[in-house]
Amino acid sequence: MLSAYLIQLADNALILGHRNSEWTGHGPVLEQDIALSNIALDLIGQSRNLYQLAASRMNTLSPEKEPVTEDDLAYLREAPDFKNVVLLEQPNGDWAKTILRQFYFSRFQLLQFRDLLNSKDADLAAIAEKSIKEIRYHVKWSSEWVCRLGDGTTESHTRMLNALEELNPLVAELFTTTDYELAAATGGWGTDPASLQPDWLQAVNATLQTATLPLYRDEKKPALLLSGKNGFHSEHLGFILAEMQFLQRAYPGCDW
Amino acid sequence: MEKEKIISILEEVMDPEIPVLSIADLGILRGVEILENEIRVTVTPTYSGCPAMDTIQEDIRSILLKNGFDKVKINLVLSPAWTSEWMTDSGREKLEAFGIAAPALNHSCTMAGTGTDEPGHCPLCHSENIEMISRFGSTACKALYRCLDCREPFDYFKCH
Ligand SMILES: [Zn+2]
Repeated sequence: MLSAYLIQLADNALILGHRNSEWTGHGPVLEQDIALSNIALDLIGQSRNLYQLAASRMNTLSPEKEPVTEDDLAYLREAPDFKNVVLLEQPNGDWAKTILRQFYFSRFQLLQFRDLLNSKDADLAAIAEKSIKEIRYHVKWSSEWVCRLGDGTTESHTRMLNALEELNPLVAELFTTTDYELAAATGGWGTDPASLQPDWLQAVNATLQTATLPLYRDEKKPALLLSGKNGFHSEHLGFILAEMQFLQRAYPGCDW
Repeated sequence: MEKEKIISILEEVMDPEIPVLSIADLGILRGVEILENEIRVTVTPTYSGCPAMDTIQEDIRSILLKNGFDKVKINLVLSPAWTSEWMTDSGREKLEAFGIAAPALNHSCTMAGTGTDEPGHCPLCHSENIEMISRFGSTACKALYRCLDCREPFDYFKCH
């Protein structure tokens, strides 16, 4: 259960990091291209720390098995083994959609890692302590962009409205508790994401209001058929993995 | 003493991305222990995804090997998390002389201070008349500013 929980945290960071890295060389202006590339680096760095920890816990639990490494976890698992939320595997779309996704996730990750500072697992608490400084900066950067676009031109405002319409239905999964998250919360090493929703709503809506955008409402929508956290992904994850894992699968153990 | 000798050797390991700063100046060299049959060097990354970390570990190994120390273990720790407050005074001076504004001290991001995450002045002409261009500069640890007097853009080593 602990390794599933760690892998969920790692997969979120890796998949969003990978999506952000797709902007490298394609950003609207050089400075923002660099900004998103740096956020990608932070997220991929966080995922490495989490995969390393998951691998070491898995190896301790099953000493009779072939030891796994961080690279096995990132490069050699299939789509149904990935536990990232569906929100993060969505294609980048335009700049507004990329910004809104980053803003929603960073706001969530900040609350989640704030709780993980008190994890009973000292190594996980250390990763949270390291990451939270980076996340705070991601929150600052993405909130500024939500305001700039929402309270910008008619064009940028319209694009933000489109982004809200596309991404809002995918938000609820962040706060839907899985079995392994419940076990992690009960065991004192993790946090129940449902408990983070009130703080998230308040913080997100404060920014959306400044940005003159419609507030996020937690409508009781019919349950999504997809549940990334349980391995039921949209078609998009397969394409991400095809690109991300190609080299390790074509040339196993390749290093450069 | 052997330990002091090793520390002074390690003070020559430079950050590959800011080649005027050593790992000691940056505050990422956290300790050296001499055990019975190995030397244990403890380092901490600046940022989780700092791409310089692998190079720095290789550089530590190779400089110690050159000095005759071949049994070296590098211990990477995450906690306590690195903060820009750990940069030494001489590191801050070298950084400014290199054209990068040093991180503000006592900033709230370090949880203790209340100051703002802004460079005090342009590292080139020392004017305080500056503005931010972008929250991210050429690496994760820097932001991009410009001086409104000498008109030069410059990097700012962010508070962290
Ligand atoms: Zn100047």
